[in-house]
Amino acid sequence: MSMWSAFANPLKFLRLSDWLAPLFYAASGLCIAWGLWQGLWVVPKDEYQGGDIMRVMFVHVPAAWLAMASYSALAVASFIWFIWRHELADIAAKVIAPLGAVWTALCLATGSIWGKPTWGTWWQWDDARMMSVLFLFFLFLGYMALRAAMDTRQKAARAGAILAMVGALNVPLIKFSVDLFTSLHQGASVMAAGGPKMAAVYLWPLMISALGHSLLFGALVMTSMRTEIRDRRTARLRAAALEGGGADA
Amino acid sequence: MTAAPLLSAFRQSLGEAWAGGAGALLPLGFLGGAAVLVPLGIGSDADTLRAVGPGILWVALALSSLVTLERIFQADAEDGTLDLWLQAGAPVSAIAAAKTLAHWLSAGLPLALFSPLLALMFQAEASPALLVNVGLYALGSLAFFFWGGVGAALSATVRRGGLLISLIALPLYVPTAIFGALAMSGGPGSTGAPLLLAASTLFACAVAPYAMAAALRLAAD
Repeated sequence: MSMWSAFANPLKFLRLSDWLAPLFYAASGLCIAWGLWQGLWVVPKDEYQGGDIMRVMFVHVPAAWLAMASYSALAVASFIWFIWRHELADIAAKVIAPLGAVWTALCLATGSIWGKPTWGTWWQWDDARMMSVLFLFFLFLGYMALRAAMDTRQKAARAGAILAMVGALNVPLIKFSVDLFTSLHQGASVMAAGGPKMAAVYLWPLMISALGHSLLFGALVMTSMRTEIRDRRTARLRAAALEGGGADA
Repeated sequence: MTAAPLLSAFRQSLGEAWAGGAGALLPLGFLGGAAVLVPLGIGSDADTLRAVGPGILWVALALSSLVTLERIFQADAEDGTLDLWLQAGAPVSAIAAAKTLAHWLSAGLPLALFSPLLALMFQAEASPALLVNVGLYALGSLAFFFWGGVGAALSATVRRGGLLISLIALPLYVPTAIFGALAMSGGPGSTGAPLLLAASTLFACAVAPYAMAAALRLAAD
């Protein structure tokens, strides 16, 4: 509890993010640049994965990782806000949603671009990962649409938190059902075997790229949160000024 | 806690759903209209229709739940009934569940009962399996209505909430739709699918009322 309270102080957050966000930007730039350089020029192409097109992996896999990580972050922030009503948690949830949606869309787009030459199709309803990521994208869209439809900030926060938590409860079930759906339609997928089976020459640039994307995500979340904090402060000051003006008149 | 608020919520919702048009005939008309459009859209080839028929009925059930749920809590929020429900002394989640159940009885269950007729129109063989499917449709549509109810409660104060409900609820419909379609496919894995369908419906019945209650307290503020 006391730990959360320390994080919940907007002033402390502004002071912390003042130097942490630029650091994240710089580090993410280095990581992504190194990962892309390795991925695009240095590592050998894998003919089995479609030749040069497999290099899109160095964007696709980090995007897939962030799609999942950002929805988890959204759910956690919503939960914290719903229980402890720390405004920073709501601010975080609000700014995470559009950023997460962008990375999820990036994952879908790069996956399609990779899929067309290797599998011969832009989209495959039989692939569990595609379907899961698509539904994740819809969860983000629903969350943003619901927040946008609410007429006050407080209502947007509460409605959004309820929806994000319901969505998070459903994600395992959606994942399970989609896996079941697709495992019956086709055998083992032809997509790249990930993880430990991957040669170290691919693994390192991939990990560094994923780290770079995560740092960029963190930096963008911090910047957006700073903007949102100031937006809310501006709104409060403006409301106070209006009230004062009304009393004068 | 007393049961009286629950009963009156149930009766009120049933009355609303029944009186707001031609009773259960209106959802049936919707289902019929949606189903008749399909052969016009995809062609009248008997094999194609037989293959897509069960899936079309699932889609129509999902759409029907979305269309009928738009006003379930919105009207209550507008005329102040919602404030009375919140003070009635019964758990809000139970009241929300009772209202959802009433809507399912008038707009979900009749559609499931009607499904064998539509299945025949989609060139299915007349067999006892069609009657089993009635049970599966009924079970699955209950989950649709509960998740749709969450969307409806969240958008109770939103104008033109219907579109919003669709966007919110459709990802939540995925497991039920998959298990339901799988159970009717007759393919590998279809024997266990009815149990999974029942499990996903139970999950919806267990979780959705609490989410609806939280959303309704928000709508009343």
